[in-house]
Amino acid sequence: MEWLESFWATYSTLMLSVGTNILLALSIYLTLSCGLLTVANAAFMGLGAYAAALLSLNSGLPFYLNLLAGSSLSALVAWLIGGPTLRLSGVYLAMATLAFGEVMRILILNSERVTGGALGLNGIPQSAAWYDIAAAVGFTLAILLRLAGSRIGRTMTAISQDEIATELMGLNVRTYKLLAFVGGAALAGLAGGLNAHFTFFISPNEFGFERGVEILAMGVLGGTGSPWGAVIGGLLITLLPELLRGLGHYRPLINGLVLIVIILYSPKGLWHLLSYSRRSAPEAVSD
Amino acid sequence: MLTLTSLSISFGGLRVLDNLCLTLPASGIFGLIGPNGAGKTTVFNLITGLLTPSSGTIEFAGQRIDGIAPYQITRQGVARTFQNIRVFKEMTLLENVLVALGDHPRYSALSVLLPLRRYRQAELREESAARELLSRVALADKSGRLAGTLSYGEQRRLEIARALATDPKLLLLDEPAAGMNSAEKQQLMKEIVKLDDGGLRILMIEHDMGFIMGLCHQIAVLNFGRLIAQGTPEAIRTNPEVVEAYLGRDEDNGSRLDGAES
Amino acid sequence: MLAQQIVNAISLGAVYGLFALGFTLVFGVLNVVNLAHGAIFMLGAYAALQGVLLLRLPLSLAVLVAMLVAGLCGWCLDKFIFAPLRTRQAPHLAPMIATIGLAIVLNSAIQGLFGAENLRFPFDVMPAQVLSGGGIQITWLEIRIIFLAVALMAVLLWGLHKTSVGRALRAVAESVKAAALVGVDVEGVFRGTSVIASMLGGVAGVLIALYSNAVFPNMGQPMLHKGIAVVILGGMGDIRGALLGGLFLGFAEVFSVAYIGSTTRDAVAFGLLFTILLLRPQGLFGRAAQRRA
Repeated sequence: MEWLESFWATYSTLMLSVGTNILLALSIYLTLSCGLLTVANAAFMGLGAYAAALLSLNSGLPFYLNLLAGSSLSALVAWLIGGPTLRLSGVYLAMATLAFGEVMRILILNSERVTGGALGLNGIPQSAAWYDIAAAVGFTLAILLRLAGSRIGRTMTAISQDEIATELMGLNVRTYKLLAFVGGAALAGLAGGLNAHFTFFISPNEFGFERGVEILAMGVLGGTGSPWGAVIGGLLITLLPELLRGLGHYRPLINGLVLIVIILYSPKGLWHLLSYSRRSAPEAVSD
Repeated sequence: MLTLTSLSISFGGLRVLDNLCLTLPASGIFGLIGPNGAGKTTVFNLITGLLTPSSGTIEFAGQRIDGIAPYQITRQGVARTFQNIRVFKEMTLLENVLVALGDHPRYSALSVLLPLRRYRQAELREESAARELLSRVALADKSGRLAGTLSYGEQRRLEIARALATDPKLLLLDEPAAGMNSAEKQQLMKEIVKLDDGGLRILMIEHDMGFIMGLCHQIAVLNFGRLIAQGTPEAIRTNPEVVEAYLGRDEDNGSRLDGAES
Repeated sequence: MLAQQIVNAISLGAVYGLFALGFTLVFGVLNVVNLAHGAIFMLGAYAALQGVLLLRLPLSLAVLVAMLVAGLCGWCLDKFIFAPLRTRQAPHLAPMIATIGLAIVLNSAIQGLFGAENLRFPFDVMPAQVLSGGGIQITWLEIRIIFLAVALMAVLLWGLHKTSVGRALRAVAESVKAAALVGVDVEGVFRGTSVIASMLGGVAGVLIALYSNAVFPNMGQPMLHKGIAVVILGGMGDIRGALLGGLFLGFAEVFSVAYIGSTTRDAVAFGLLFTILLLRPQGLFGRAAQRRA
């Protein structure tokens, strides 16, 4: 298995990143499936990362507990701001979550004594192994797939199409939205904690607007109709720069072009393209 | 069952409903008519909780429902369809109805994660309940199709099936016959009569006079947010104020108040 | 000293307003969040710089070049990206993702052509005169920046309200279907709006480049952040909001740097933003509901 060992030696960080990116894409899938356009998952990722990292560095607590703490902190904050924030919809929600994300980033930036400020946190123990991430991804994927086919998933899809009609079916839309939002935050926090423990260094600027947009891109490119879309999106966004490595200087350029081409030819995401349609074609036309 | 007392609502400076008092009689299909803009859909929006009145109260089955959350009002037994159809276009017919069945949880959230037999049985039961509702509106054979591919009239029927799925005591129909051809309207009239016979109270907004006159036992007429007449179809038809309210307006199907097509 | 700060704030704010205006126009009319607006801004700056360096143009013509290049970019953006997506009935997030791709492309193209270092306008081109009076020292540059920004905004506002083209634009912003029904060339409006918005972004790019005398590939990113903040504050899709929001941000930045310190500057802006949004989600002037079809 020499090949595997040398492969791992070179690409371990990349593979682990694929895992955490898939988790992030899954977190945005959850929120998008409920019609929530949020850019805050990057901030929740940062919260989870910093919380878990600080615990690992300063307390004697075990790795898994720190991960759980990070994820729970993100979930808690999401739950706290969810009430007022989720009253907004569409772009307004996106903007509010964007503002929230920036506030978080700036808070972390300015609490130098605790978080190291702009210099970031260094020397985080590399406790995250490939099986941790694989387990996290596998478990999350399993849950979300079951959710998608269940009453809860159906309700969320309905909410994303028509909130008012769904409410008038006797369903407490607020609760479902909050569930999606908090769930997404918990996943993002988990991804952040895992990420911090293999990159061993984190800084506030990794969790800002750019990351939030990247996560959204993963979700949209992969396709929002299914958790598998998130897997595709995460794989694509993480691996694409690597695949283009041979192109040297032109790498980011081609990267951008590929994004554009994919969206142009598959606007609903790659999953939509890849999955066969089981619905009948629209033979009947309106009167 | 339903009582509106001094119900008023204003949007900005415009008084859309003015001191509306209405009580749904103990039985019979009830119609709400009036020229466009009279405030009929606003009444529905108020009853279902999408709007909060500026003043006045709404009572349903002895409970005040003005100002409480829409989903709670539905759970208490008030269902509605919409003037501009709001089916979930990207979901199948079956899924549309299943969503509406969703507030009767027959299994806990946890069992969603584990494929327990109880969960699967509950899902199957829900599915057959949904199919049964679809067959009531003659859409069972299309249950796997996306709602957006249906014809206008079919989408309306789907909305009714969906509304029925919430197990209502009162059904608000907002222009259910709009966009339907004569055959569909006849079919719908029969279905509504069946629902009424089954004990479901029905309150209906419509512009098609033949439809309203043929179905309703009592009709209320709204104009500029005020109740101008209430009574049997005969009484309404001959009420001079009502006739005046409609004169000079081109209704879509040019219907005369006696229901004949012009 | 205070008056000096005020002048700084106005010039900065006016340019922010210009940039935000382009951003909010695309959102209001095409219903797209154009994340390439910062890159187009940057493109404008480089175009003007090259106009000066290569073609030895005077500054005013260089600004024109910036406008043209940016406008062309906006035209291509609509023709090759937004329009096809419209035809394919893409979900509303798809164009935004495409603009991310475009931003990356523009950024790396510029970096490839001109390198990543900070470039400057040659000294002899920059207006150096300084006006003093009453304790204030205003550079001629600042005056021209303010003048140009305000003039462009005035022309735009006039155009929107007094010309038939402007009316068509506002109609489409209200309701695409209704506008189409009354015979407005909706596709033309989309194309034109993208061009105008990009032109505004490009000019903003030159002005900021002159103000801070720095041209570098990444200059669009922080500007995009600010543009979004301005637009959130002023209300998505609202013109007045973009202008006033820009001014507000200009003042907030200048005064918080002067009196509080630069690190908290962003915190103040965004903290304020978040609170305002919770209380008034449509921003200070925005519409309460997004455009209905």
